[in-house]
Amino acid sequence: MVDPVTDSRAAPILSVRDLKTHFFQDEGTVRAVDGASFDVPRRKTLGIVGESGCGKSVTARSILRIVERPGRIVGGSILLRRDAGNGRAGEVDLAGLDPAGYEMRQIRGGDIGLIFQEPMTSFSPVHTVGNQIIETIQLHQNVSVEAARLKATEMLHLVGIPKPERRLDEYAFQLSGGLRQRAMIAMALSCGPRILIADEPTTALDVTTQAQILDLLRHLQDREGMTIILITHNLGVVAEMCDEVVVMYLGRVVEQGPVDAIFHAPKHPYTQALLRSIPSIHATVRTELPTIAGSIPHPYNRPSGCPFHPRCPDFMPGTCDRSEPSLRPVEDGPGVSCFLYHPA
Amino acid sequence: MWWRFRKHRVAMVSTVVVFLFYLVVICADFLAYSTPLASEAQRSLLPPQPIHWFDGGRLRPHVYGLAGRRDPVTFKRVYTPDPEKKILVRFFARGFEYHLFGLIPTNRHFIGVEGAPAEETLFVLGTDEQGRDVWSRLMYGTQTSLTIGLVGVALSLILGVLLGGISGLYGGVMDTIIQRVIEILRSIPTIPLWMGLAAALPNEWTTMQIYFAITLIISLVGWTELARVVRGRFLSLREEDFVMAAELAGCGQMRIIFTHLVPSFLSHIIAATTLAIPAMIISETSLSFLGLGLRPPAISWGVLLQQAQNVQALAISPWLLIPSIPVIIVILAFNFMGDGLRDAADPYGH
Amino acid sequence: MGGLGVGSSVRLLDVKGLRKFFPIRKGFLKREVGQVRAVDDVSFHVEKGETLSLVGESGCGKTTTARCILRAITPTSGQTLFRGQDGSVVDVASLPKSQLRPLRRQMQMIFQDPFSSLNPRRTLFDIVAEPLVANEVGTRQERVDRVAELLRLVGLRPEYMRRYPHAFSGGQRQRIGIARALALNPSLIVADEPVSALDVSVQAQILNLMLRLQAQLDLTYLFVAHDLSVVKHVSDRVAVMYVGKIVEMAETQRLFTAPRHPYTEALLSAVPKPDPRLRAHRIVLEGEVADAANPPSGCYFHPRCRYAVDACRQETPRLEEIEPGHFVSCHRARELTLRGVGQ
Repeated sequence: MVDPVTDSRAAPILSVRDLKTHFFQDEGTVRAVDGASFDVPRRKTLGIVGESGCGKSVTARSILRIVERPGRIVGGSILLRRDAGNGRAGEVDLAGLDPAGYEMRQIRGGDIGLIFQEPMTSFSPVHTVGNQIIETIQLHQNVSVEAARLKATEMLHLVGIPKPERRLDEYAFQLSGGLRQRAMIAMALSCGPRILIADEPTTALDVTTQAQILDLLRHLQDREGMTIILITHNLGVVAEMCDEVVVMYLGRVVEQGPVDAIFHAPKHPYTQALLRSIPSIHATVRTELPTIAGSIPHPYNRPSGCPFHPRCPDFMPGTCDRSEPSLRPVEDGPGVSCFLYHPA
Repeated sequence: MWWRFRKHRVAMVSTVVVFLFYLVVICADFLAYSTPLASEAQRSLLPPQPIHWFDGGRLRPHVYGLAGRRDPVTFKRVYTPDPEKKILVRFFARGFEYHLFGLIPTNRHFIGVEGAPAEETLFVLGTDEQGRDVWSRLMYGTQTSLTIGLVGVALSLILGVLLGGISGLYGGVMDTIIQRVIEILRSIPTIPLWMGLAAALPNEWTTMQIYFAITLIISLVGWTELARVVRGRFLSLREEDFVMAAELAGCGQMRIIFTHLVPSFLSHIIAATTLAIPAMIISETSLSFLGLGLRPPAISWGVLLQQAQNVQALAISPWLLIPSIPVIIVILAFNFMGDGLRDAADPYGH
Repeated sequence: MGGLGVGSSVRLLDVKGLRKFFPIRKGFLKREVGQVRAVDDVSFHVEKGETLSLVGESGCGKTTTARCILRAITPTSGQTLFRGQDGSVVDVASLPKSQLRPLRRQMQMIFQDPFSSLNPRRTLFDIVAEPLVANEVGTRQERVDRVAELLRLVGLRPEYMRRYPHAFSGGQRQRIGIARALALNPSLIVADEPVSALDVSVQAQILNLMLRLQAQLDLTYLFVAHDLSVVKHVSDRVAVMYVGKIVEMAETQRLFTAPRHPYTEALLSAVPKPDPRLRAHRIVLEGEVADAANPPSGCYFHPRCRYAVDACRQETPRLEEIEPGHFVSCHRARELTLRGVGQ
């Protein structure tokens, strides 16, 4: 199979190919991720956007192999290309590893860090923030408690938490939402991962706090040269943060491309409609918004063919409802999965 | 909810088991074949009697007649079956007179024997020290123990819903008082509390009076759990937006409680109640076992097990422990059923 | 006073000095040890047929203000004068609970969470007809007809009447909530973050529906939101709240293009714009939102304000009308030139 997105630059740090993660429930199978393919460019920020049920969070969980039962990866590959730096250079297919095995545990936190939407639930309420960060460090690096503590203090300082020495001995519930998210980032970065997956990192926060956290992420990326996978439903956040964008709809990637192309020359009808329908701060006061007809289908009744066809303004009967389009590049621009650009 | 409950296989099986047990409660007289109080020293501590199903290749269930004598060395009564003396077992045979469901006078029983009173010849599960038939007594014990559970739970339910409702609905001082009372009640170790209350029961009371007194004692302790469930549901539901919506729509207090709040947690109450019944049954059984609850001539599982209290009795006649089997089965069945109901009752569970 | 259509307008709602303090209780005896000043001296008015938005970050008191106006909670002090459909003006804040019912028919609410706001055990008909039943309006057949009409009005098929809410998506549930709010022909609708729990593509549908209903039924909205982009699409006027107080209030266009309070400026700047070419220098506020139980001295915003001077630390500014219809609570409002957002 030809790569859907050809990258002439350095090999992407992570390549997801035809990933399928399904949830087997009594009522039926939910195909949460159903053939998603994309590349994560090195030292860049990749945004994965989509509405609820598009599979963006499950994709992130699949990469880290923390999909909860009854979910399971049923196909595809997730290739991680490690640097030579830490002595474990080479390619590894995460989809083929044992989720509870030694290697996967080393990758989680060691190579790939994760920050969640709700930092409250990500910290244990019975251990201090410091202890949890120290534990993470010791799990991945063979260092003494003192050294780990020093490193933890350094990390809290790095993420802009005032008086890090004192915060180290506090519990998560004693911190405000913004500080908690900073502590979460400190923990995720404490072992120097090359990739940081941020799953809706600012959704639970207020705008001014969100601005602080986004600023911090950008600053850390410049400093550490990390790759960030930013998962969000907020197109504004994507526009401000990302270099590359993956748009997902019902478990499939409908479009991937550089951020400018996605926002200024979107190809897929879904991307076009989504961008038109978002309320904008630049809009004229009291105007109706263009909308996407209908609503996102229930996961149990996925439409046949292209999953977007029942809501699509460019629906071509006989084509879109019969066969499924695949993600292919268009005029060396972004990859699009639509029959308008490459007939079936 | 029913749909989700049905998918819970263990809970479904348990429900059937519980149902069968209550069938026994209703038909105890019919299933027993001898009156529970018929004692005879000549038949004391008879071991369970095997039923032989075939006779000469034909299905003719029968038991052997027994001859009992006292061992001159151990002074133990030994019974030897006499294979020559075959006593045929009959179904729907005539026996002692009783009222079916307390209404219809009849003398038909599920099993009996031909040609002789069943009391003197049939001992499916053996006899106790006074020569009373364990099977028949078990049937009557089931009746008592399982109804005590129901009546007890009904009483705790009334107390629990009432006090828990007041506590959750009005809050403030009432809530504080009721919660402190519950905490105090729950902090008293149950066995000494029961002992104290049971010891206060006058000796001259009839079996019936003691039965109700014991039920009351058990439910006085049991309501606290239910009250907590009710209060908790009230508190969490009061925060739901749909309750505020109802208030803004102009609904009165009563309408909010009975059309919005109560239906939303009814299933939780049912589940909590189901889970409370086994605790009641265990309470009664342990009280009676310790000799503090029901006393002979009343029959309950606890009373029956009381006879298996000493090691000697166990060594000589292990069949006296048989009443513990239904206790275990019923408790497990109720627990599984309650768990299934609770899971099914929570629409946001998964 | 200012606003659109001076003179000809009718004040539907006039809030004066509204306060709501929640006691902080501690210990076994629940002694009162302090107060959270959730809403602290808030005054504004809403004209008939317009949309006033209350915006601010979590904990700024916008939801509490909305609930006080509906008397879902009783305010500590202040007046909320509401003009009834018969032309009489009543103070909702001081009305005894028993007399609230006729007023509740005229002010209804749309909730944020489309899941918790619909009772999962009742059908669509039960839910939408509830206000009719509670107020004993119409016969059963009339109610069925009215519910069918309401469902059509919000874009749902009347055949769905017998179904339960769990069969519907978030957007459809929000439509059901709107139908319920409209059942008694209210004049004021308080919408508490009506689209923040919805997907982007559904948000637009609900916002359009609300705009259309407003024109069709002559509704007045008090719109509570934290998302400034959403607010811009629906409001005639906007009031920005910070720690229980209104810091700025003006016509939407003016507030967005020429804010006069440093907090409004920062808020506008912090909103991520869906255009990668606009990655400009954002104003990133330092620190955290002040604690309403223990607010700073002077202007509550001064610890985070880039323009703060000594006066800001000592004196609490008052909400003043610095231009017709433009109210600001800032000592330096007249001298500062702040950055807004363009069209």
